[in-house]
Amino acid sequence: MLDLGLDVLFKGKNMARLMRGLGVALKISAVSVLISLPLGILLGVLMTFRNPIIKAILRLYLEFIRIMPQMVLLFLVYFGTTRAFGWNLSGETASIIVFVLWGTAEMSDLVRGALIAIPKHQYESAEALGMSRIQTYWYIIIPQTVRRLIPLSINLITRMIKTTSLVLMIGVVEVIKVAQQIIEANRTASPNAAFGIYLTVFVLYFLACWPISLLASYLEKKWK
Amino acid sequence: MDWNAIQQYLPLYQKAAVLTVRLGVAGIIFAIIIGLACAVIQYDKVPVLRQIVGVYIQLSRNTPLLVQLFFIYYGLPKVGIRTNAEICGIAGLAFLGGSYMAEAFRSGLEAIEPIQTESAYSLGMDRLQTMRYVILPQAMSTSMPAFMANVIFLLKETSVFSAVSLMDLMFTAKDLIGMYSKTIECLFLLVVFYLIILLPVSIVGSLIERRLRYAGFGS
Repeated sequence: MLDLGLDVLFKGKNMARLMRGLGVALKISAVSVLISLPLGILLGVLMTFRNPIIKAILRLYLEFIRIMPQMVLLFLVYFGTTRAFGWNLSGETASIIVFVLWGTAEMSDLVRGALIAIPKHQYESAEALGMSRIQTYWYIIIPQTVRRLIPLSINLITRMIKTTSLVLMIGVVEVIKVAQQIIEANRTASPNAAFGIYLTVFVLYFLACWPISLLASYLEKKWK
Repeated sequence: MDWNAIQQYLPLYQKAAVLTVRLGVAGIIFAIIIGLACAVIQYDKVPVLRQIVGVYIQLSRNTPLLVQLFFIYYGLPKVGIRTNAEICGIAGLAFLGGSYMAEAFRSGLEAIEPIQTESAYSLGMDRLQTMRYVILPQAMSTSMPAFMANVIFLLKETSVFSAVSLMDLMFTAKDLIGMYSKTIECLFLLVVFYLIILLPVSIVGSLIERRLRYAGFGS
């Protein structure tokens, strides 16, 4: 039978090590999501204001972050800012900074989209009823946007998890790096380990993201 | 900023940018073909194939390109499927992009009322003709905004190609930083080159979107 190198998984603590590697990736994405959700909501609301200066600044930030590959952003923060400002950043901190910047930009765009989808007359009617700006948002706008936003933000979580695979490139020891180490260590004993181990990494990422995207599409259908 | 260094690095970046664009375009073309096939299979509810397409879309959308590339480049040769780095990059991008394109085209196809198909049949058109002359042209224009977003997304995703030792922009930047530690200059060029590649695509995308909205499509 073809040797798929899956036996390496059950040697020593290899499987546990891979899981721990995945844990690092998931931790980075969880922290980034938790910070970028509230920040994104704030920025999204700010972007619907009519102040041209705020609008221009936010627009520039949003467009730059969204047009640059996340890998470039990682390089800019990890190599660029450390060089320019002379501080020290661990790979993990740098990746959290980048994913917060990116997540906030994506989230704010989702929020803005959901907010402008609400017809203008709702704002006007609220104003006509004598509600303040805060009251209008709290009682009228937010309850409606939340439904639209929840599936989209859940999707953002899976995108965040997938993007954390990039932190390998700035030297964070996550699941792919652990996989490389395991393959390297078993080079002579099982030369085909690369197949089995990378297949396992593939499956692990799939198992981490799939339930979340199923939930998102379920909610999207339910609340349509 | 050391302009001499920038001048010296410029040709290297140009070469890398050409590679990035070449592989990106090739990958996107294959992704469009895969996506179109998958979308039509799902729309026409072809038995068996439809289930396979469903599994493929879930697998491809829920895993990162980097992991897909590692599997193709380092894993597959162990079971006898050998590729070079360039083909591997294109295959990875096509595997990832196929599902995103499929979703874009599918939403376009679903926006078309069944009455159009029925009318085409009653006019004596066969399945293929209906697809070719009635359904696809309309579906294409409806899915254009999502399509352009995918093109930008896939071009950006090419930045992970450096992981399978393709000498793209990221690889060049990292290499030069490692050799001469002119970090700021290298990163500056990196950003400029990605802007040169991505900004025009992004602008064309928003022009198309505006035009379609004007034409009243997708409403």
